[in-house]
Amino acid sequence: MDSTIQRSEENPDIVTVNMGPSHPATHGVLRLVLKLEGERVRECVPHLGYLHRGMEKIAENRTYLQFIPYTDRMDYLSPLAANVGIALAIENLLGVDVPPRCNAIRVICCELARIGSHMLWLGTHALDLGAATVFFHTFKDREWHYDLVEDLTGARLTTSFTRVGGMLHDVEEKWLGRLSEFIAEMPRRIDDYESLLTKNTIWLQRTQGVGAITGPDAIAFGMTGPSLRAAGVEYDLRKKRPYCGYEKYTFEIPTGSQGDIYDRYLVRIEEMRQSVKILEQVTGDLPDGPVNIDDPKIFLPEKKKVLTSMEELIHQFMIVTEGFECPSGEIYHSTEVPKGELGFYIVSTGGREPYRLRIRSPSFNNLSTLPHLVEGGLVADVVANIASLDPVMGEVDR
Amino acid sequence: MQDGQTAIEWIRKNQPDALVSSGEYGGQHWVQIERRALDRVCRELKENAETSYDLLLDVTATHWPDEEEPMEMVYHLYSLERNDRLRIKVRCGDEGPVPSLAGIWRSASWNERETYDMFGILFDGHPDLRRILMPDDYTDFPLRKEFPLYRG
Repeated sequence: MDSTIQRSEENPDIVTVNMGPSHPATHGVLRLVLKLEGERVRECVPHLGYLHRGMEKIAENRTYLQFIPYTDRMDYLSPLAANVGIALAIENLLGVDVPPRCNAIRVICCELARIGSHMLWLGTHALDLGAATVFFHTFKDREWHYDLVEDLTGARLTTSFTRVGGMLHDVEEKWLGRLSEFIAEMPRRIDDYESLLTKNTIWLQRTQGVGAITGPDAIAFGMTGPSLRAAGVEYDLRKKRPYCGYEKYTFEIPTGSQGDIYDRYLVRIEEMRQSVKILEQVTGDLPDGPVNIDDPKIFLPEKKKVLTSMEELIHQFMIVTEGFECPSGEIYHSTEVPKGELGFYIVSTGGREPYRLRIRSPSFNNLSTLPHLVEGGLVADVVANIASLDPVMGEVDR
Repeated sequence: MQDGQTAIEWIRKNQPDALVSSGEYGGQHWVQIERRALDRVCRELKENAETSYDLLLDVTATHWPDEEEPMEMVYHLYSLERNDRLRIKVRCGDEGPVPSLAGIWRSASWNERETYDMFGILFDGHPDLRRILMPDDYTDFPLRKEFPLYRG
């Protein structure tokens, strides 16, 4: 690795500074090589791959069901949303539709993940810019959110809550009650966060007009999610291509106009409010009926039947030891996760594992705008820009 | 109208010699384009009002080692205005080369670097074709089928 600071021989005013890969403000292992002229950034070259685990290669050597736990470890701040994404992609490949109750539970998962992810983003973003108080508020509430996730799935991070054709298990009435308490309280908490930042002069000075990107530029870079919407482009898959029955719920897609860090902040704050609104509607009208599909070739049969009937025992044995077969074909399916469009492109040649599984990562494409955002700006704003893009290196590097 | 159908009709009418084959699975249409015509067709697909694919969602490849042209480039395009997706495929040899689309959509830049890094496919006209995820001194291409998951 290059030494941390180097002075250019041709132009002694240009200093090359190495930032990361392990740096508190890079939100994971991201390394930036910055060429500075005084306080100005002249060039920014990101170096990725420190968290590359070869997930796409691993997928080719695992059955479809075995890949679901790997999606927890992509965007580790919203594993529930990625779980839903992969399940939907595989179901699309199989041509399977899940029951309404399953869809509703998946919407709960996605929106809970969005709130949790945005809470972490807000706390660390504000901390990076020196507003430490917000961090304590969001992390306290995130603990509440994680308690809910843990009660629902048995894990805080490694949730693996979806199955192809259903969920790990149904939700309990008691849990829904606790979720309702959380939903009822959240709007007030979001007001609290806002009261610390939205009109805070220092926050405005650090974020308004900083790191601005125009709508067409953001589209050209393949930016998606809140950062794209902050640039005024109303692209949200929940509206454009509804999945899991999102078309049944009333909610708005917040957009910005300036595309700067402040707009990205406002968009994410409003998204949290909209997520709460969606959660209210889902929990208020959760459909009855089965959660999982009734297809013993794809979904594990009920345990009671496994213990009493030979056929179910065989099905359980086959799914657990060998997995199920997918028809040959190829599918691209994407969902709106907290960071943007998470897509799975699966090529199947028949058989029990994918021939090729490609993960279209929103964080990867969003992060590619970073040099465009920071070059010409101040070195202190690099930190603000990274945080405002909300990249998760687990998802960038996969 | 299913995803990609309009665009494939448009290519069939306006760029007939670039079209190699097309197909459909699960309501998603794909089209294979002649390798040398890729950048020309893509520019048209982006700028033409009938297709207007302004967002290049993803660039990747699939390796089919037993076939004559083993590398299959796969592009996913999206039109914000028409809410329509299209999958474009291009076949090439082990190292390509394939025309780079970085001059048409900037998102191609990092995604093509990743495809080079993982498959070893070269891109003609790419501004900065370096490895992106693997170390610079790495010599293999991990997503090729001959690359083993386990060593030894």
